[in-house]
Amino acid sequence: MSKQRVQRWKSRFWWLLFLAITVIYMAPLIITFTNSFMSSTEVERNYNVSGMEEGSYVDMNLIPEKVTLSQYAELLFDSPVYLNMFWNSVKITVPIVVGQIIVSTLAAYAFTVLKFKGKELLFFLYIIVMLLPLQVTLMPNYIVADWLGITDSYLAIILSGIFNPFGVFLLRQFMKSLPDAYLEAAKIDGAGNGKIFISIILPMIKPGIAATAMLTLLDYWNLVDQAIIFIQDSEKQPLSTFLAQINNGDIGLAFAGSCFYAVPMLLVLLYGQEHLKQGIAITGIKG
Amino acid sequence: MKGIVLWHRKLPFIILNKWEATLKIIIRRNWNQILPWLMLIVSLTGFCLFYLAPFIVSFFYSVVDNPIHGAFCGLQNYKELFRNQYFLKGLKNTVVFMAISIPLNMVLSLGVALVIHKMKRYPKFFSLIFLIPLAIPSATSAFFWESFWGVHGTFNKFLSVFGIRGIDWLDSKYSMMAMVVIFIWKNIGYNMALYLSGLSSIPEQYYEYADVEGAGFVWKFKHITWVYLIPTSFLVLIMTFVNSFKVFKEIYIITGEYPPDGLYVLQHYMNNMFLSLNYSKLASAIYILTIVIVLFVACLFRTERKLSKDLHY
Repeated sequence: MSKQRVQRWKSRFWWLLFLAITVIYMAPLIITFTNSFMSSTEVERNYNVSGMEEGSYVDMNLIPEKVTLSQYAELLFDSPVYLNMFWNSVKITVPIVVGQIIVSTLAAYAFTVLKFKGKELLFFLYIIVMLLPLQVTLMPNYIVADWLGITDSYLAIILSGIFNPFGVFLLRQFMKSLPDAYLEAAKIDGAGNGKIFISIILPMIKPGIAATAMLTLLDYWNLVDQAIIFIQDSEKQPLSTFLAQINNGDIGLAFAGSCFYAVPMLLVLLYGQEHLKQGIAITGIKG
Repeated sequence: MKGIVLWHRKLPFIILNKWEATLKIIIRRNWNQILPWLMLIVSLTGFCLFYLAPFIVSFFYSVVDNPIHGAFCGLQNYKELFRNQYFLKGLKNTVVFMAISIPLNMVLSLGVALVIHKMKRYPKFFSLIFLIPLAIPSATSAFFWESFWGVHGTFNKFLSVFGIRGIDWLDSKYSMMAMVVIFIWKNIGYNMALYLSGLSSIPEQYYEYADVEGAGFVWKFKHITWVYLIPTSFLVLIMTFVNSFKVFKEIYIITGEYPPDGLYVLQHYMNNMFLSLNYSKLASAIYILTIVIVLFVACLFRTERKLSKDLHY
């Protein structure tokens, strides 16, 4: 074989390997999608392990025996509960994303232009709080929510979400990557902070804002723990929490529910993928 | 008489107006300096109110024996914590999990990013595929992985083809590995996106010069790619650290409050202490974990500063 042919086969091999990995990677999504067209009884039969004998296994079938929309029909039309819960998710997530963007853009700009003693220490505190696992900040959040009298309402989740330091961290990194020359030039021209922020910084950090919004959205769309802690009323739960509990009970609906719930986020990814790449400017993490 | 009464009533308003006027002038003159502070204060108020202040308040819980009308008991709670087998188990598992999964995740996601960056056909499509797990509801991925690793799971079905008798992988000495796989599956995309953005900021000329000099792949990676990716790697490390705590969500959905020994992480302990209203123990656990994290980040920053000083990029 000529050298060229070896090269071609080699590249084909790598391509196939990569393709195989991605197929494996996508398996959960594909299976969830195709199985959402199964009837509830088929799903029960395939996945319910409670009555299974030794040596028999869960059937992750790619193709349903009979394609039916019964799961979707039950989800969307038979009872308003699920749509309500989907709406609850929207009601929690949208204010968090909007609030988080506004608060963190302002704060990130302030961190960039202000010079005061202890600024780096303050930012260090932001980073530490960002790194703490949810279970650590949940109790402090709960104490405050209790004190403000907003437990058992979305406000408890929304307010703590808005002030999550993650956005400030990401956007400050992004602003640091902007060339200083722009700011200097604007200052020389006599532009004030307000003007610089609105007409120079904001247009330039749009990808950063998009990335922050996406990551916040993906994170809070999937929230489970906070809703369980803060919201007692089961009708007010977001759909993500409901889906998390469905696993132990009626799994017949789980696939259609998951698909239904994943679609908005998939669209967000599809649309925002490029922003995500551009929006995370890398300038190191030094304060 | 009438005029005096009126004047007397007007006085506070006159003073107020005067004050308001001076205040307005002060604000208008220094608006440029005041504005950034206002911008900061919005975030700072919420940050202090929802995170910092209650966090400091919770220190009080950690040094009393009982959250309600408790008496001061010094470091008693901390001492007890280090004798508590559940806390120690959770701490050990968390540290082991992070020590395995964080480096592994970083290496793998860098590999994937390098491949996708080099791709001539469909790079966007492939990077999207690795991001998909982020969009799948946690409940769904938990369900999938439960059906995969369980006694009756797909993995055992696969093994049975070779005549190997399966076990419940999530309840065995390999359970940590199962957790690592779940974590990596979910988080490669996140880090890959970070690395891709880092890769695209490396000037193409450097590689061209290196090609002219006849440098090999390894040399180019070591002296160009890696050097330029060091700042990215720090960001990736921080984000992986944040995300490694989040794998708890899936594990919790699969196994509930009392998982098999190998999966019991610190968050389980904290969650259970919270649900059983044992705030004193929870607060002391919170403080111990926070101290560990502060030390970790301080070390990280020191290294970063040193490296970037050496590099002059």
